[in-house]
Amino acid sequence: MSFGPFLLLAVMESLVTAATLALTAVGLSLVFGTMRVVNVAHGEFFMLGAVLAWFVTTSVGGPEWIGFVAALALAPLGVAAVAALADRLVLKRLNYEPEATIVATIGLLYILQQAALTFYGPEARPVEPPFNFRIQFPWFGYSGYKLFVIFAAIAVLLAVWWGLTRSKAGLIMRATQVDRDTARAFGINVDRVYAGVFALGAALAAIAAVLIVPIQQAHYLMGGEPLLLAFITVIVGGLGSLRGTVIAALVIGLSDGLIAFFYSPTLAKILATLLVALVLVFRPQGLFGAKA
Amino acid sequence: MKKDLLVPSRRSVLKGMGAGLAASAFPGYTWAQSAPIKLGFQLHRTGIGAAYGRWYERTAQAALKVVNDAGGIGGRPVEILFEDDATDPKRGAEVVEKLANDGCDLIFGPLFSHVVIGSAPRAGELKIPYLVCSEGYHVASGMLNRWTLQPGITDVRSQVSSMAPWVAANLGKKVTMVYPDYAFGYDHRDFFTEAIKAQGGEVIAQIAIPPTETTFTRYLPQIPAETEVLYHVMVGPAVLTFVKELGDFYGSGARPQIFGFIDSLEAVDTASPGLEFLEGTYFWEAMNRVKQDGQTEAETAYRAAVGVDDTGASVTDAADVSTYSHMFSVWETLHTIKAGMEAAGYQSTADRQKFVEALEAMTTMAEGPGNPQGDKVFNGKTHQVFGHQNISQVTGGKLLRVHRTSIEDGQYADAVDYTTMSF
Repeated sequence: MSFGPFLLLAVMESLVTAATLALTAVGLSLVFGTMRVVNVAHGEFFMLGAVLAWFVTTSVGGPEWIGFVAALALAPLGVAAVAALADRLVLKRLNYEPEATIVATIGLLYILQQAALTFYGPEARPVEPPFNFRIQFPWFGYSGYKLFVIFAAIAVLLAVWWGLTRSKAGLIMRATQVDRDTARAFGINVDRVYAGVFALGAALAAIAAVLIVPIQQAHYLMGGEPLLLAFITVIVGGLGSLRGTVIAALVIGLSDGLIAFFYSPTLAKILATLLVALVLVFRPQGLFGAKA
Repeated sequence: MKKDLLVPSRRSVLKGMGAGLAASAFPGYTWAQSAPIKLGFQLHRTGIGAAYGRWYERTAQAALKVVNDAGGIGGRPVEILFEDDATDPKRGAEVVEKLANDGCDLIFGPLFSHVVIGSAPRAGELKIPYLVCSEGYHVASGMLNRWTLQPGITDVRSQVSSMAPWVAANLGKKVTMVYPDYAFGYDHRDFFTEAIKAQGGEVIAQIAIPPTETTFTRYLPQIPAETEVLYHVMVGPAVLTFVKELGDFYGSGARPQIFGFIDSLEAVDTASPGLEFLEGTYFWEAMNRVKQDGQTEAETAYRAAVGVDDTGASVTDAADVSTYSHMFSVWETLHTIKAGMEAAGYQSTADRQKFVEALEAMTTMAEGPGNPQGDKVFNGKTHQVFGHQNISQVTGGKLLRVHRTSIEDGQYADAVDYTTMSF
């Protein structure tokens, strides 16, 4: 394959990675930014979204797109409910102590993973894409659904951005992020904000998973890779900075994809991890993070 | 009668005492007769091998029932202790240890080569027979030990050697290989490359993919345009993604001939949406998933016993497709265990060495209820069995056999003689 088409395919593949990565990482970043909780179980919320999407699509009959739309609506809601419950039952009781919540979310990771193994099983199960449309380039074919994933992710990210900057809920969230005690003094129910933010963060991971599950299969161990990449993204972009997270997701998604294409996927992971190390040494607050 | 019980005669008392004495004098003997033979099964119930594990367990249960219904092994009932190793080499070694500590007479069943290679040394140290169902060349290469044998499935080296002549003659000579980046994939890489060379062909590109990979499109542009045959073998939970992305990549454009190992589609329905492009492509199968014309009586009985319908799926769930080209090895291994233990006069774990020697003395295995996949030749020196292989073509969404190799097609020179090693 000559260089032009090769580059085109590489860019398209990388954009799919970057799009889902941005969704997942924004969820992680939101939780950290507002609650100062490093959510190690974030990848499992991703996995849970994929697994729930499988349950929804298999129980809804009719054409594939109906099941998919239902999954896109219900799976993130289900995951958000689980996350809100985890916040109420675990994180709140730990008073959101940073060290304690890391350990608690590690526990949550195993609970969710083993629950999926118990109730869903160890198999990788496919979810049908809402449409099977293939774009035939002169050099290769490409799944039309993958391009849809890119646009859907952009739409969700725009909605999140609008919600945070233009809506009252967003204002309350930002107020809580800036100063929890003052926000409480102004009558904001901080507990509810925290539960809501944790649920929203998990729901974003779940949306990413619902989008990706027609390409990959739902599997109980699928949460590991998105977690690692999301952490890399959030650290590079700056913990708590949404703009930084989205830009970092784009950079890491594209570089990961392009390096993997032209050299090897292992080298791409090595370089991404090296980037994290460099950022931590020379700019610990991240590329776009404010100084703590 | 009633009177006898209340006021027993001297004779009946003596008789009763005699019987009691006789019974108490040989408790060990009567106990040994009925104590079950305990077989440990190292199972990939979870982890990347779970689809195989599910069917390996079902096949083991079905074979166990058949063996027990026919009187067990040496007149003793048989039981199997299943232990999950999460398809993880480290856990594998621990599972071997646990099953040995639980008093199992031997251990069998693991498939994934990295798990086998990680576990076999521990079995050797514990001096417990370890019968693997894994296809890897690691047994016959001499890499493992005297306690490790593979009597149920032909190894990859033999499989690919027997495929190469047909591929070169019918599909093309310039081959690009796509394979998983670990021991099992390397067996494919090394021995197919060698075998196709012997046929005047050439492997022009080798593309290794990590077994935990979830997306594959990025690897596909590495396939050179002049490729005549694309040879693929993939394992793990993402196999369906791999095949679908391959289909998207070629789309409706020109594509090379495609020859795959069924591993890339084990436990996956060949008629899944997105796999239409597979129509007309070829697959290696050890045992034909879809019922073929002239299916043997033994295979018909086997298919019914393991609960697989004529298309290769579970009789209770059409979406639950079997790992038909691999799981027969569990059935055949259990029957070989029975033959070996009976030949060795196996009584207890003290006879483990005698059991291994009895297996090493085996030469041929006839096609029949215990060997439904076909007749086989066992090489006691290399601890490896050799059988027939099949090539199937996807026709109307179904895998139909177009070629069956002879056992000789897959023979190669011995690389080791385990019988000269100490126990």
